[in-house]
Formats: sequence, C-alpha cells, structure tokens
Amino acid sequence: MVQENEKEVTLALKLRVWRQRRCQPGAFEEHALAAVPTSASFLEMMDMLNEQLIKAGKDTFAFDHDCREGICGMCSMTINGMPHGPLPGVTTCQLHMRNFRDGETITVEPWRARAFPVLKDMIVDRSGFDKVIQSGGFITVRTGSAPEANNIPVPKPVADEAMDAAECIGCGACVASCKNGSAMLFVGAKINHLNILPQGQAERDRRTLAMVKTMDEAGFGNCTNYGECQAHCPKSITLDVIAKLNRDYLRARVKEFFSSTGKPSKGGD
Amino acid sequence: MALTGLVLAGFVLGHMSGNLLMFKGPAAINEYAKWLHDHAGLLWVARLTLILSVVAHIWVGIQLTLENRAARAGGPADEATRRASTASRTMPYSGVVILAFIVFHLLHFTFRTVALGGMTFGDDVHAMVVAGFSSKPVAVFYIVSMLLLCLHLSHGVSSVFQTLGLRNERWRSRLDGLALAYGWIIALGFISLPLAVLTGCLK
Repeated sequence: MVQENEKEVTLALKLRVWRQRRCQPGAFEEHALAAVPTSASFLEMMDMLNEQLIKAGKDTFAFDHDCREGICGMCSMTINGMPHGPLPGVTTCQLHMRNFRDGETITVEPWRARAFPVLKDMIVDRSGFDKVIQSGGFITVRTGSAPEANNIPVPKPVADEAMDAAECIGCGACVASCKNGSAMLFVGAKINHLNILPQGQAERDRRTLAMVKTMDEAGFGNCTNYGECQAHCPKSITLDVIAKLNRDYLRARVKEFFSSTGKPSKGGD
Repeated sequence: MALTGLVLAGFVLGHMSGNLLMFKGPAAINEYAKWLHDHAGLLWVARLTLILSVVAHIWVGIQLTLENRAARAGGPADEATRRASTASRTMPYSGVVILAFIVFHLLHFTFRTVALGGMTFGDDVHAMVVAGFSSKPVAVFYIVSMLLLCLHLSHGVSSVFQTLGLRNERWRSRLDGLALAYGWIIALGFISLPLAVLTGCLK
C-alpha cells in the first residue's frame, strides 16, 4: 500500500552551468545539487540550485521563464546539447526531472546563435524575432469592437492548417537547434499562419518579402534542410511551413519582378 | 543551389547513360563520341551551361557555408543531432572531393594530360577508357568519388524540391527515398566501368 507520506524519489546531480556577463567571454561552472525530486520541473531544479547559491552567498544563474506551463515561449536553455532538453515536443518548463538519471551530469547553456547574443548566463536577446514580426507578422485592420465572426468564411482545413502554424510560441529553439542558426521554421510558421487565411491575403506578398528580408538582416543563417528544427520544436511545427515559405517567396518575387508601374515606359510609344 | 544542382543532377544522368554504351562494344561508344563532336554547336551550349552551373553552384555553396558557420557562432558545447542526415552534414566535404574529381577527370579523359602515360588514342574512346582504368589507384579514386556523389545527390535531389516549395511531410520521406535511389543509380552506373576494367570484364 502506498503511504501518503512516502518519500519521493530524488536525484543527486552534477550540473555544468554556463556563466556569462554581457560582452564578456563565458565559461561553465560546476555545481553539485542533491535531493532533486523527480516530480520537479527543470526550472524548479534551477530554482533549487539558485537557492543553494543564495544560501552560500554566491551569485545566482539568470534564466528566462514566465508561464511555466509550456505556452508562452519564454523559457530557453540548451540542455545536454538539445534546446528544451531531451524530450521532443516539450518546453524546458514542462520537462521534468524524472527524465534524468541519479548521478547524471547535466550541461546547461544558453541558445547558441549569432542572432541571439547572450545577455547574462542563459538569457539571450531574442529581439531578432520581434523585428521579423514587426516587419510583417500582422494583418492591418481597423481595431474597435470585434467584427461578426462569420462575415469571412474560412474553410475548416485552412483554419486547421493556420492554427497548426500559429502554435509556434516563438521560443527560438529552431534557431538554437539549427546547425546554420537559421530562423526559417519560425518565419515559415508565421507566414503559414497569416498567408493562408483570407484576412492575410491583402498583405501576402509584401509580408513575405519583408519578413524574409528582415530575417536575413537580423543575422540568421540559411536553411540547408537538416531538419533539426522540426525535431527540436516544442510545438512540433513541421518543415512543411518552410516549403510553403519558399513557395510564397518565389511567387512574391516573380510578381514583384513583373509588377506594373502604372506609367508608360519612356520611348515606348 | 537548387537550380544549378538540378542542371548538374540532370547532366550526370545523361553522362552515365552515355557511358554504358561502353558495354555495347568499341563501335557504339566511338560512334556516340563522334556524334557528339559532329554537333559542336550543341556541345558547346551544353558545355557552357555546365561550366556556368558548376561555377555558380560552387560560389553559392561557399557563400552559404561561410554565412551559416558565422550564424551558428560555434554552437553548444556538446552538440546533439536528432535528425540531420550524414549526407546533409557533409555536403561541403563531399562537394570538395567531387570538385577535385572533376578536375582530375577532365585532365584525365578530356585533356588527356595525366595518368595515361603520354599515350594517344585518336578517336578510340573505348581504348582510352580501358587504358585509363587499368591503373588501380585511378580506378579506386573514381569509385570513391562516385560513392560520394551518391551521398551528395541523396541530400541534394530531395532538397531541390524543398527549396522550390514542392515538398510536404507526406512527400518528404518519399522524395528522400527517390533521391537516394537516384544517387545509387548514378553512382552504380558510373562505377560499373572502372569495376569492369579492374575485374577484366571490359578489355
């Protein structure tokens, strides 16, 4: 019979954690942490480590987190070389310590990409994503009271596909897992979300060209079809969105090339 | 990468098919070679297209590799790979070996300045190929290069579809399979010649 006060299984861990101040070179620090409950989330384990450091009068480790329920996209951390850790389709905050072994050495480091410079320890500057969104990740509508929902019919399969893409929480694991530091999965998800809905049609080509241009300027790499992003995405976004991004980009470039200036050419008549 | 790669992937199929005429006897391959040289205009259009494609493919490839290395900024301390295939991760390396092979191959059979011991064959392509592959190191270099070409094609041909936006999750594994099959067909077709000469089947 299970007793109510039965002691929980705990782990003793060796942690190699990245310590870095902005613009300075960083290094790994090693810490031992005992009595980590297997039911704790990875972030709760990091909290335990920080409490231990505070009690010893040492500096804590900085890391990003917010909702801790897998939907905000704030938590990051590369765990044993894998963004969001060893479980596919899961964010760091929803990764639990039961997925690790007693006595294991766990390496914790920030997202690694030129476009995501380290601010402190595990916190990186992800504003490259914000710039991409500002350049086209929206539809232009007059705001005010909510419009009648059924004014614009959206076929169910299209709504489903857009929702699948809209699952992207913009955490940056695609960039961190990509061996090219490419943001194509993120941009593809946003393009897929907006470009297939009727509300997104008016700005479709402008959006696609602007978001790709901003992505390149923000210092992200190019896609060479490794597929690592899909394998590490906590929302399991597929490479389909990248194919769709390529398709829409080609379409927009061709249309731009043959676009009318609205004026007769000089000497043409 | 995709468009130039498509031209080059198409070329190797044509080249490989022509090579197989070697097995039909000296007359067939020599007639085919003569037919090619009789259509000098078309031949030069094809050659120029190939040269431009190769140069563009290499140029974009170098740019892509340098940009991507810089964007990665070193990567994590102990990097884990979940899905990226060996072929996809070794594209620059297989590419460099294939380039070295192309240079050697042109000097060997087109300009005939290396490894043939100053022999002249005139229009007898058949005799030239048999003599060319009689050297074991040369034949082995050809075989290894063609296996690397198979690796290169197995990633490249499927990627062409992704870059042009003509791929989805349903078709991805099928196209990966087709690309691998295409790579093997090309490689085995090419390898059959040095192998046949090495084993004495082709004299």
